[in-house]
Amino acid sequence: MTALLSVRGLTAAYGDRRVLNGLDFDIAEGGAAALLGANGAGKTTTLRALCGMTQRAGAIVLDGQDIAGRPTEEIVRLRVAHVPEGRGTLTAFTVEENLALGAITRPAREAAADTERVYAYFPVLKERRQQQAGTLSGGEQQMLAIGRALMLRPRLMLLDEPSFGLAPMLVTELFEMLDRVRREEGVSLLIVEQNAALALAITDHAYLLQTGAIVQSGRSEEMLADDGVRRSYLGH
Amino acid sequence: MELFTQQVLAGIATGGIYALMALAIVMIYQAIHHLNFAQGEMGMFSAFVAWQLLLWGAPYWLAFVATIALSFVAGVLIERIVFKPLRRAPVFSHLVVFVALFAIFNSLAGFIWDFTIKPFPSPFGTTPLFGAGLIGAHQAGMLVVIAVVLVALFLFLRTTRLGLALRAAAANPESARLVGVRVGWMMALGWGLASAIGAVAGMMIAPIVFLEPNMMLSVLLYGFAGAVLGGLASPGGAVFGGFLVGVLENLAATYVPVVGSELKLPIALLLIVVVLVLRPYGLFGRKPVERV
Amino acid sequence: MSTVTQSKGGERIAAYGGATAIALALALPFAVSGFVTFQLTQVMIFAIAILGLNLLTGISGQFSLGHGAFFALGAYAAAIAIDSFGLHYGLTLPLAALICFLVGFLFGLPALRLEGIYLALATFALAIATPPLLKFSLVEAWTGGVQGVFLAKPAPPFGLPLSDDQWLYFLTLAVGLALYWVARNLLESRTGRALIAIREHPIAAGAMGVDLPAYKTLIFGISAAYAGVAGALSAIVVQFVAPDSFAFWLSIALFVGLVVGGVGWLPGALVGGAFIVFAPNIAEGVSKGLSGALYGVILIVLIYLMPAGAGGLLRQLGLARGPRSSR
Repeated sequence: MTALLSVRGLTAAYGDRRVLNGLDFDIAEGGAAALLGANGAGKTTTLRALCGMTQRAGAIVLDGQDIAGRPTEEIVRLRVAHVPEGRGTLTAFTVEENLALGAITRPAREAAADTERVYAYFPVLKERRQQQAGTLSGGEQQMLAIGRALMLRPRLMLLDEPSFGLAPMLVTELFEMLDRVRREEGVSLLIVEQNAALALAITDHAYLLQTGAIVQSGRSEEMLADDGVRRSYLGH
Repeated sequence: MELFTQQVLAGIATGGIYALMALAIVMIYQAIHHLNFAQGEMGMFSAFVAWQLLLWGAPYWLAFVATIALSFVAGVLIERIVFKPLRRAPVFSHLVVFVALFAIFNSLAGFIWDFTIKPFPSPFGTTPLFGAGLIGAHQAGMLVVIAVVLVALFLFLRTTRLGLALRAAAANPESARLVGVRVGWMMALGWGLASAIGAVAGMMIAPIVFLEPNMMLSVLLYGFAGAVLGGLASPGGAVFGGFLVGVLENLAATYVPVVGSELKLPIALLLIVVVLVLRPYGLFGRKPVERV
Repeated sequence: MSTVTQSKGGERIAAYGGATAIALALALPFAVSGFVTFQLTQVMIFAIAILGLNLLTGISGQFSLGHGAFFALGAYAAAIAIDSFGLHYGLTLPLAALICFLVGFLFGLPALRLEGIYLALATFALAIATPPLLKFSLVEAWTGGVQGVFLAKPAPPFGLPLSDDQWLYFLTLAVGLALYWVARNLLESRTGRALIAIREHPIAAGAMGVDLPAYKTLIFGISAAYAGVAGALSAIVVQFVAPDSFAFWLSIALFVGLVVGGVGWLPGALVGGAFIVFAPNIAEGVSKGLSGALYGVILIVLIYLMPAGAGGLLRQLGLARGPRSSR
């Protein structure tokens, strides 16, 4: 498999504080990778750096193009969808408007069809289409955030803590959904997740981040079997 | 009672001026979350451009449309040239640049067209219509223009994708960027729209107050007042607020002896401060709902 | 961005700079003409008002577009006290301070519940309302209506060998230095520092039970008092008050002076004062017809070169201390 995303020597900083110290990692075309690590290890910053939301340096090559110097809104046009921490939906806008925004960079005709596609994945969003996003439950908001990302017809989806604040049953459902999206639409995934067991279950590769550096990486099932990873991130 | 009705009608007639100004103010506030102190002067300058076009023999509505288009472009250019490099500067600095723009437009208009008062034509004529002549053809026409601008704005913001992107950029720039909205250009678009609406305001106001570089001073203030009364987040509210200010101004002048006529302005302003304190988001604005 | 670095060298430069500035200020009136002395006096008067604004913005983070109103109030209080009640001009300064403090405090009680742009608007409304209030017929007996009030120029006391202009210059300098000292102590006091820290975290402050609105109102009152003293000095120095000298442009000019000098850097007040007095003159010198446009262009260029004012520029060079400008 060829790499869709290839990252070399990625560094990022907030002001003078350096948060990432040269990360190297790849995501295969149609592949899924998990980014694990404790709070403050730099997981969110990695995602933000990938799509140009922090100062960054290094090489970020997406399908042969270096995107490290491009602003967020141009990276989105290369069909990289980011579902940020806290979901990033516009609370005062309706469900429908949020979805329409997800496809704002694409031709209007296609957007209409994609809205139906997203409603098929998440029927509850269709029921709530005229409701303000801020009035949805946590789970519904997360669905909306993912639905909005799908409206881009992404090649790569960056997901920051998709399970955060959701009931366990919902979490399982959501991850099955993500797995389905990946298989059916060939979307590559990069998932940042506290819930390591879940993340490892739907990814094929995993990277372990510690204070801004990758300290371990490997195939997800190997990581799942690794004693160190088990003790630190799986709690058994 | 008849006096009361007459004063309310007169208030609506002047309120229309404030309503248009308030609408331009709200438009720019939506895009950049600032009150543009130069808004009035920009509208004045647009009115002068229209006047010049008319002088050169352009038919009224052609001059009207051309002025709106030119003002739109000028608004976009001002954002791109003046404000874009200052994106990272503190807010105070932006306010100072508004002051600078105010001085520039005022002075340029005086330099090019001098400070003598000039009559400005109304496309609707000046015949008195109703309210014992208090509302003339021009005022009535202006009410129609306000309605048209409001409806057009509503349709643009609510039903077009560009309008949606503009609103998203204003509501949450970072989220908007994440879906690919070019936020910088949306700000420029906001400036352009505000400038275009300001041009409409200038051309509608000029027949009433006459054309001269300082014609917008008090109009801008009452426009601010109207915008704040109605809530800076709501174009419809701003228009209502503008009318309300016009009516209240007239009623105060009529019914409060001495104080009313001499202190019309302070009273109107006092009212605004009171409303602000009681309803910080304006009569129609509300704090956005949010669920954490 | 890095946190504030306070180099020792920077502090030494600041100390030398201060001493040199005072020495220069003492010598200047003997080296320049009476008119220039008068202009410099005006620079200091505006600087005093800007000091007050700097306190308000530096401590509470809020800003006022209406301090011209307090300037006017102080000026009229002084003029009326001298003209109608025969008060000695020296005593009008504390009087103006007191009146403006009270009015500022009372205005602030409701107004300071407003945030950011809304407070700016409320204060702007105050600035707009000032000239019509001063012209109001019921108070014309004191204010002189549209004509205003004329005052006599005070002569130097104790037979000091100074011209009138020089004496007023030194009086203003003394008052300015005293008020600068007070402002500095306020900013550096425990309360001041705490308030600045709290400004960044209003919710935490609320949780800690700090009565933020009360402090903000107090600071607003104090800053109004500064503007009032400046106004009183202006009345004495210019020997004349009239409603239209206090149009809203004065409030705007003070705000511009604050930004050009740099928010949070007290000596910047002098830079701001100088800008208010000299920038329009310079613009007019270049072109009479386009002076307004030139003034605007100068202002924009200044903001380009120093987005956070003179103070911000010096801080970047490590020559001044104080918080970075807040956004």
